[in-house]
Amino acid sequence: MKLNFEHHQTAHCENGVASNLLLNKGLKLSEPMIFGIGSGLFFVYLPFLKVNFAPGFSYRPMPGAIFSKAAKRLGIKIKRQKFSNPQEAQAALEKNLEQNIPTGLQVGVFNLTYFPEEYKFHFNAHNLVVYGKEDGKFLISDPVMDFATTLTEAELEKVRYAKGALAPKGHMYFPTHIPENVNLEEAIKKGIKDTCKNMLAPVPLIGVKAMRWVAKSIPKWAEKKGTKVTNHYLGQLIRMQEEIGTGGGGFRFIYGAFLQEAAVILKNDELKELSKEITTIGDLWRDFAVDIARVYKNRNSKSDIYNQLSKSMLHIADLEEAFYKKLRKAI
Amino acid sequence: MTEVLYVTDENNNYTTANSIGWDAKKAALDESLSLISERIEEARQNVANNIVSPIIYFMELNKMDMQVLSAYVEKWQWTVRRHTKPKIFKKLSDATLKKYANAFGISVDELKNFDGK
Repeated sequence: MKLNFEHHQTAHCENGVASNLLLNKGLKLSEPMIFGIGSGLFFVYLPFLKVNFAPGFSYRPMPGAIFSKAAKRLGIKIKRQKFSNPQEAQAALEKNLEQNIPTGLQVGVFNLTYFPEEYKFHFNAHNLVVYGKEDGKFLISDPVMDFATTLTEAELEKVRYAKGALAPKGHMYFPTHIPENVNLEEAIKKGIKDTCKNMLAPVPLIGVKAMRWVAKSIPKWAEKKGTKVTNHYLGQLIRMQEEIGTGGGGFRFIYGAFLQEAAVILKNDELKELSKEITTIGDLWRDFAVDIARVYKNRNSKSDIYNQLSKSMLHIADLEEAFYKKLRKAI
Repeated sequence: MTEVLYVTDENNNYTTANSIGWDAKKAALDESLSLISERIEEARQNVANNIVSPIIYFMELNKMDMQVLSAYVEKWQWTVRRHTKPKIFKKLSDATLKKYANAFGISVDELKNFDGK
């Protein structure tokens, strides 16, 4: 059985699944639209949480948050289910397919057979859509792949029951209700306001303030922990920034695309200008990543390089702060 | 594998493009993979020198840490840490070894007989 479902490759898995599932229900929203309405732009620093032997950084909110927020703001209802028993999880998925419902799943990346080796980590909040079953294999639309793939029953069970942080526990989800008239203008405004609020939040762990904390920590790591550890921490920082879908600019480019679309829908030329501004900031993030990569290559770099990296990150934080303040006023 | 990117065209309008990756990204991934191979090699030597049990080697080989491994074998982290001592590892029951072997996708014999040499 194969449901009528179009696979579109997107930049990022969560927006991609959301966009593809909604398109299937007749609501055409681009990936940047979902990302912007769901307030996907973010920055968080968790110095005490060790991920992959480095502190936690993220350029996006908690997995699932983007789709949940976007759905709420658009008046869409999503049903979410988790199962303690893998057999039940498979039965529920098959029942959905029989009822002609393409279904989103949260999965672990490590055992995804079709993923290239360098992306296989124990990261458990990847998203994909199952849209059928043929010859005992599930038909998989993984939004970051350029083609649709398949997984056997055993393979799918393995990734749905990956263990560790953010374990999916068979988590599946699908839209159950989409309003006939979606108030896009209102949803866009809410999404933008929320993003500005988060990024300008007066707490050190998130937003612009967190960027400054990381920036100021770079020379301190070099002094206290040495070059090797510092380089690894910086590597983690740019791996998060360069994660599939970020386009190398920590999602700033997707946000630029969102603002450009929003400018047309809200008939607001200022947003078009701000779209250009965030694009410039995204370029600076990319330059920052290139500078870090250069530090790896000549391992015996001078200690001043860390001060320079710190300065460029502080500069980006200043630009972003000004950007969110303008954006808040523009809507 | 190609990935989708949002890029601006000559009129500053956003559009999508496919990319096979870029240098900074490759450098970041390479750094991470070389760190992993260093850790695997170190674990192998430690098993050979009887400093740690084979559990550590296969944990590193599967890119796991204590948190992930203990979740897979459904044990407390301190229990897993105990099992990484060679003396205690030798006394483990086949049922316990089976849990580790399953987590690593290998057989109990492969786990038991790995000597790092």
